[in-house]
Amino acid sequence: MMNTTKAAKGSLLALSQQEELVDLPTNYPLSASEDEGDSDGERKHQKLLEAIGSLDGKNRWKLPERSEASLKVSEFNVSCEGSGEKLALSDLLGPAKPSPSLAAVKKQLSRVKSKKTLELPLNKAEVDQIHREVAFSKTSQTLSKWDSVVQKNREAEQLVFPMGKESSSFAPIEHVFSDWKARTPLEQEVFNLLHKNKQPVTDPLLTPVEKASLRAMSLEEAKIRRAELQRARALQSYYEARARRMKKIKSKKYHKIVKKGKAKKAIKDFEQLRKVDPNAALEELEKIEKARMMERMSLKHQNSGKWAKSKAIMAKYDLEARQAMQEQLAKNKELTQKLQVVSESEEEGGADEEEALVPDVVNEVQMNSDGANPWMLRSCNRDAKEDEIQADSEEPSEPVVHEISENEGNEKSVEEEDVLLKEFEERRSLRKRSKCNQNAEPVSGQETKDSTSKEVLSELRALSKKLSEENHLSKKQKESSAKTVLLVQEEEPALEEEEPLLLQRPERIQTMEKLEELGNEDCLPSKEPPRAAVEGEQMRRNPQYQLKGKKKEQMISLQNLLTSRTPSVTSLAVPTTVEELEDEVEREQKQMIKEAFAGDDVIKEFLKEKREAIQASKPKDMDLTLPGWGEWGGMDLKPSAKKRRRFLIKAPEGPPRKDKNLPNVIISEKRNIQAAAHQVRVLPYPFTHHQQFERTIQNPIGSTWNTQRAFQKLTAPKVVTKAGHIIKPIKAEDVGYRSSPRSDLSVMQNNPKRHSKHQKQLKKSSMD
Amino acid sequence: METAPKPGRGGPPKEDKPQAKRKVAAWVEANAALGLGASDRARARGFRSGSGSGLPIGLGLRVRRKPQRYWEGEAPPAAAGASPGPPRKKARTREPRPPRSKSAHPAKKSRLRQKPRAPKDAPDPKRRPQRTLSGAQDPFPGPAPAPVEGARKFCRIDKSRTLPHSKPKTRSKLETAEAQEEEASVRAARAELLLTEEPGFLEGEDGEDTAKILQTDVVGAVDIASAAKHFDLNLRQFGPYRLNYSRTGRHLALGGRRGHVAALDWVTKKLMCEINVMEAVQDIHFLHSEALLAVAQNRWLYIYDNQGIELHCIRRCDRVTRLEFLPFHFLLATCSETGFLTYLDVSVGKIVTALNARAGRLSVMAQNPYNAVIHLGHSNGTVSLWSPAVKEPLAKILCHRGAVRAVAVDSTGTYMATSGLDHQLKIFDLRGTFQPLSARTLPQGAGHVAFSQRGLLAAGMGDVVNIWAGQGKASSPSLEQPYLTHRLSGRVHGLQFCPFEDVLGVGHSGGITSMLVPGSAEPNFDGLENNPYRSRKQRQEWEVKALLEKVPAELICLDPRALAEVDVVSLEQQKKERIERLGYDPDAKAPFQPKAKQKGRSSTASLVKRKKKVMDQEHRDKVRQSLEQQQQQKQETTKPPRARPSALDRFVR
Repeated sequence: MMNTTKAAKGSLLALSQQEELVDLPTNYPLSASEDEGDSDGERKHQKLLEAIGSLDGKNRWKLPERSEASLKVSEFNVSCEGSGEKLALSDLLGPAKPSPSLAAVKKQLSRVKSKKTLELPLNKAEVDQIHREVAFSKTSQTLSKWDSVVQKNREAEQLVFPMGKESSSFAPIEHVFSDWKARTPLEQEVFNLLHKNKQPVTDPLLTPVEKASLRAMSLEEAKIRRAELQRARALQSYYEARARRMKKIKSKKYHKIVKKGKAKKAIKDFEQLRKVDPNAALEELEKIEKARMMERMSLKHQNSGKWAKSKAIMAKYDLEARQAMQEQLAKNKELTQKLQVVSESEEEGGADEEEALVPDVVNEVQMNSDGANPWMLRSCNRDAKEDEIQADSEEPSEPVVHEISENEGNEKSVEEEDVLLKEFEERRSLRKRSKCNQNAEPVSGQETKDSTSKEVLSELRALSKKLSEENHLSKKQKESSAKTVLLVQEEEPALEEEEPLLLQRPERIQTMEKLEELGNEDCLPSKEPPRAAVEGEQMRRNPQYQLKGKKKEQMISLQNLLTSRTPSVTSLAVPTTVEELEDEVEREQKQMIKEAFAGDDVIKEFLKEKREAIQASKPKDMDLTLPGWGEWGGMDLKPSAKKRRRFLIKAPEGPPRKDKNLPNVIISEKRNIQAAAHQVRVLPYPFTHHQQFERTIQNPIGSTWNTQRAFQKLTAPKVVTKAGHIIKPIKAEDVGYRSSPRSDLSVMQNNPKRHSKHQKQLKKSSMD
Repeated sequence: METAPKPGRGGPPKEDKPQAKRKVAAWVEANAALGLGASDRARARGFRSGSGSGLPIGLGLRVRRKPQRYWEGEAPPAAAGASPGPPRKKARTREPRPPRSKSAHPAKKSRLRQKPRAPKDAPDPKRRPQRTLSGAQDPFPGPAPAPVEGARKFCRIDKSRTLPHSKPKTRSKLETAEAQEEEASVRAARAELLLTEEPGFLEGEDGEDTAKILQTDVVGAVDIASAAKHFDLNLRQFGPYRLNYSRTGRHLALGGRRGHVAALDWVTKKLMCEINVMEAVQDIHFLHSEALLAVAQNRWLYIYDNQGIELHCIRRCDRVTRLEFLPFHFLLATCSETGFLTYLDVSVGKIVTALNARAGRLSVMAQNPYNAVIHLGHSNGTVSLWSPAVKEPLAKILCHRGAVRAVAVDSTGTYMATSGLDHQLKIFDLRGTFQPLSARTLPQGAGHVAFSQRGLLAAGMGDVVNIWAGQGKASSPSLEQPYLTHRLSGRVHGLQFCPFEDVLGVGHSGGITSMLVPGSAEPNFDGLENNPYRSRKQRQEWEVKALLEKVPAELICLDPRALAEVDVVSLEQQKKERIERLGYDPDAKAPFQPKAKQKGRSSTASLVKRKKKVMDQEHRDKVRQSLEQQQQQKQETTKPPRARPSALDRFVR
């Protein structure tokens, strides 16, 4: 304080002495006292200027201003109001000439400035907290060196106490002997001999020469090699960088050029390759073909991409875009065009094609018909039939033709077959023509299609009839081999089934869905094994079984399950009672069985039971209506429908039943509570989902399911203590100092945050 | 190619057809480990086989002489290497195989042994075999290679399901579990080397029907010891017989309808006891060991010991028709004429539960050895599955149009064979679908069916027994063609395959017939579980151990692996309760809190905006997921039933 006052005095003195200091900011009080009116106006002007100046927002900082005249202008009370600057102590000294006396003052001033006042001592609680923090960080740092040890021990599969000693592993006896030294004179003599001849004495069994050869690489060589490696690495990195850069280039033109160049190069290479190595060229060609196929499969050129769509919009106005579109279209056409494979013998193309088109399906059926798994057989048959149905309008009787041609290949009905084939081919050509017509006029072709289809259908019908007749004929003919007979027999039901379908045909099936329906209808009976097809059809026709809707489906499948006629076994030794006249007896028995089970409909009963079970297991809706509440109540009055609807709480739909798709099964949905008591119901620590935990306990650990060793290993105790050994506490020296970089203060600081988070959550949940 | 015989092709072949030209091919499993005592077996179980030191191998490929270990003694390398084995086919078909030498079955071992040799032929430069002082070299350096292929069938962790994302700690646990599984399975696969016995088989000479082979032919072709296992007990006096083999396959109990009860060691034919209970005997069954015998008599259930002394009369089980014993649970399941299925715990002598099947008289029962579920056949064509823990059937399967006459389940619990009054024999898949796999109409429906340990199916119809075989152990028997047939001197009344012996015991009105069925039984037995050669002391020890490992009755359920699953229902319940208690969900993902940014970008508006952005993103994801699910469902529902769309579809009018 003293110093400042002194300085102020000095400065004032200086002011009074020197006249040129008028424009100093400190002169204000003096001048104000001299002519108030003038300065007032000036000040106002200045203010205005400032206000205007501050309008542009740059000079935002406003100076403090005294609005009224101060009562007392003291020499100690210096202010710099009105001027544009802040008063600094040095300013007061500024105008004074540098004099030795002032320098001392200045020094003193700076000293005063640098000195700070002593702060108040902190209160006790804060001091304690700081102490605690420091102590905590120190201790945690000292403790953190154990972190790795603790971690290791926690993760260890097994801890053996006392620790530190590695369990002695079994070493081969040769290793044990390697430390052995010669002691007796004889041994020494022998060793001497060995040494003299430079023979190896201990492991490894290498002579010095061999050792030298092992260490063959010299320093220079190594250097050269390293340089080479470095160079290669550098080159690679350059190359990679270049590739990356090129990949990033966005110019389309550039890419186009690159692509073209690549294509050209590829062609050139291919040409060369063709000259040099035709086989490799062929392979290359195949590859190209494959690439083309891939391209074909992709929808890249279908005008469905983003680019194509945008171009399509622009194409109206932009010539270039139009061209691009056209290019794209051309490419698409080129790609989607089917390659014509030139067949060698086009004269007999028809028959060949048939063979190529048809037989695999048929053959499959044949192959599988005597396979082991009837399910496979069934599905296979169905497939085959469906395929037949699908291809119906196209070539319905071809399989049959083929079949016959196969069956009677060695019989004498070759001429007939030929005639048939010719006829067939004619029809094919006719159909083809009609198809061409359709293609030519797709819009107006409706009627022509109709007519042609009818024509074809009628022809087909006739043809199929002929074929079936022929089949019968061939059956009557002498059976050349058992195999053919079997084939014919198998074929027959299919034919018979097909016929009604063909008859139905004239009412055209217009949509795919309808066709599918048809297929479905047809494949239901065909689920049965082939031999039972006829019977299945009979059953289908039977009005008794024709139920409606969804239940019908279930019913039919159930029926199928139970009534599908299974192939009967003729064992070599038939029980004595049935031995005589088996066929008749069988028939009789079947009759008897039918009569016996005529009364009780097992299936119906079972379905009823199942329905009941489903009903019982369904969660019940809750009805909370109170009759008479809000409206009239009484004996015959029921609460209104609206009210009932309002107060009916629907039970949530449970998961689908396990037997939903199994018509012949009722699986209880009841929970086995007694078994559930033995199940795990709390997820242990690191697991977040029950499936994870289940996976860890799926492997059994008992000795029943494991070998002895595996069992012992799986059930090894986590901690083993050796009897009779002192387990000493772990020492720091054993561990070695290594502190983990963990700042414990951060932990401290994090804690309150977490705390607050919790509180927030709590608040939120309580609000909810 | 031989096809199934057609019905119209003449009568059945006569029994006394001249057999001269027929080449019989039979090999009955001469009893597995006759030479191998029980104690040996027990030791062998713990023996680690794949240590890399090779036993002499029966392949003549190796030229270099294998280094000998001191414990190998003088294994003649020439015999091991060069003996070409008998000409395979002839030897197999004509005569029973010679006593097993190591050269006899090269095919089986080659798989395991091929791997160890691979590193030797092309030695790994990194793992150079260590040379030692003596100059000897480890011929099989490094650890023994793992038989990965063989180990696959021992893997129990179902890896088909994808797990939800797991944190590193969880992942490490999962990894350890998988590593453990792998190690255990590899060890198990290595231990398979100890299963030295192979199943027997019967092979017809090119295309010959094995069903035409008579028992006499089989007996004639096998060795004396095996031939002695075929015998007939002519017991016409006491009516049709039921029979039961003990779990070790060594003892046989038989009960005649007219009160004749006997137990014998059927291999040595030593009679243990023989009594007449002076009452109709419905069924007879051994309890956990051959020392105890349960007999379902006309009124009540009785228990005798092997001396024929009546130990208990259980009056709570009355009018019992069939008996089944669940060996791991020590439960005796009985079904009665009154329609009750009663479980009796024989270790404590208490009735666990008595379940009312509500389906009238129960006389058809079988147990599923895989999950200890009891199958009951009913008169309305259904088969119901029962567990003592649940009061209602676990499942009900409609199998036949008429009543079910017999039910049997195979040892893996995969297939169930049923026969009904509608003369059909069906095989059902028990793995969740319960659909029939194959079915056959028999001329006279089968009254009794039984599965063998290796999946052969025997059906008794009238006085004929038919046996069908499948392709392998875990395959269903194909009903196309019988594997064997045999005619008995009376109507069949009881059927059971003998465990660990290729023998089928048939009880009929004329007594008991023990017939040889090659390949029916498991050739290797577990000496600690079912040891046919155990002494009395060993049996007692085993009894104590088995009792200690007794499985509680309430654990019986349809899928036993479900016990190793977390009880999700109560887990969710508990989680819900916890959330209620705490007031918030501790496991829930914290809502997104945007980080404060500097330079004026952390205004409230922008914070809200950022928050909203994240929320929207999440919402969009959710919507997308639900849409995908919907689409999937739609696809599932509208998937066309036909197999493959053809390219010609577009031309279909």
